[in-house]
Amino acid sequence: MHKFLIHHKEDHVGVATSDIAAGETVIGVFMEDDSTIEVKANADIPLGHKIAIRDAAPKEKVLKYGLPIGHAPEGFRKGDYVHTHNLKTLRW
Amino acid sequence: MRQLYGYRRENGKVGIRNHVIVLPVDDISNAACEAVARNIQGVLALPHSYGRLQYGKDLDLHFRTMIGTGANPNVAAAIVIGIEPNWTNIVAEGIAKTGKPVAAFSIERVGDLETIRRASLKAKEFVQWASELQREPIELKDLTVSIKCGESDTTTGLASCPTVAQAVDRLVDAGATVIFGETSELTGGEHLIADRCATPELREKFMALYNDYVGEILSSGVDLLGSQPTQGNIIGGLSTIEEKALGNIAKTGTKKIIGVLESAEAPNNGPGLYFMDTSSAAAECITLMAAGGAVVHFFPTGQGNIIGNPIEPVIKVTANPITASTMSEHIDVDVSGLLSREINLTQAGDLLMDYLCRVVNGRFTAAEALGHREFVMTKLYRSA
Repeated sequence: MHKFLIHHKEDHVGVATSDIAAGETVIGVFMEDDSTIEVKANADIPLGHKIAIRDAAPKEKVLKYGLPIGHAPEGFRKGDYVHTHNLKTLRW
Repeated sequence: MRQLYGYRRENGKVGIRNHVIVLPVDDISNAACEAVARNIQGVLALPHSYGRLQYGKDLDLHFRTMIGTGANPNVAAAIVIGIEPNWTNIVAEGIAKTGKPVAAFSIERVGDLETIRRASLKAKEFVQWASELQREPIELKDLTVSIKCGESDTTTGLASCPTVAQAVDRLVDAGATVIFGETSELTGGEHLIADRCATPELREKFMALYNDYVGEILSSGVDLLGSQPTQGNIIGGLSTIEEKALGNIAKTGTKKIIGVLESAEAPNNGPGLYFMDTSSAAAECITLMAAGGAVVHFFPTGQGNIIGNPIEPVIKVTANPITASTMSEHIDVDVSGLLSREINLTQAGDLLMDYLCRVVNGRFTAAEALGHREFVMTKLYRSA
């Protein structure tokens, strides 16, 4: 059973559809084509919050829906919890 | 699709509710309006906070909102009460252009009590008349539907907004009119909306409204984290305005945008999808959309915004299973099965369209049953 969904193939992040525990290896589904990916979570990630499915370099633009939703000032690693602490708007 | 029934008004527009309203032109006429609504059963007062010493574009918007509210096809007849006769008559005459029954009363020279007596007699006449009006067969193309989401989270962009998009595309294909707005909340995806404008002129008008609104926000020079996105958005997992906006835009479907409207302006280019310049705050936004003539609203929510509107039924859709279970009395359509992939988007769209038809035919939405009647005027700047 999947525990997160990803909007777009190129996205950095997926969205937890159940609570994910640190250390847990979880399956995500790409909504475009129903293909799956496995990621080991580096932190607890509550339902609705984001898990990194690939690394982001410092200041790299972060993609969701295949589009930038901000940037990662310090970068992050696959499996990290991604939220306001490591993802910042590019707009205001 | 089941047969739909609605109220065809004097000007041909179709409503799905049959309200007799008592509309205060200004804040100090609220008390008289509320007294009339207490005296006469089935009459709805719409108190609000403004209407004095407004000027320029702000006054234009106030009048447009007042007149549009009275003109909305969900309103069978309107009583207008103001402190003095001039602005009161402007509002009443604006509503009367629809052909529906309207009566105006002003308080100066007679006082509250005599105004309430006169207005109550007229309200009794209106409500008894309206109570005999019959629903008649209507079609989807007769409807003007508005959409706006609130207390969004990531489930909104994943599922509840795409569900609304299914309905929006089907409604537009059926010849209905759909209005979306939330100007600042397009930030990060404003190019997607601009690209869907049907003509270069509309695109230019949209970008001008967008840049004006966002320029005003940016000129405040403050960190908007916590305001836009809201604290509730952040609790729900949304991190930035761009992320929120892309989820928001997911509910607008795929159709071309055939009109760009000022706040509270009625659609003016035939059936299809329209953008309206609005705040992203739910009560302000839906009040403006209802004033633009929308008769029913789709409201996707993640964390559980509980908004309603006095004259426009608001249908709540959530995909967040926690919200669906902990706030079930507020939720009309639960599409959390999309997250667990027990249902697909087409099925979710079917659920929403079926619910829409039931609400059109008279079923109370959760917000109607719970008495949510948020009526909030948009104020552009300080009064004189």
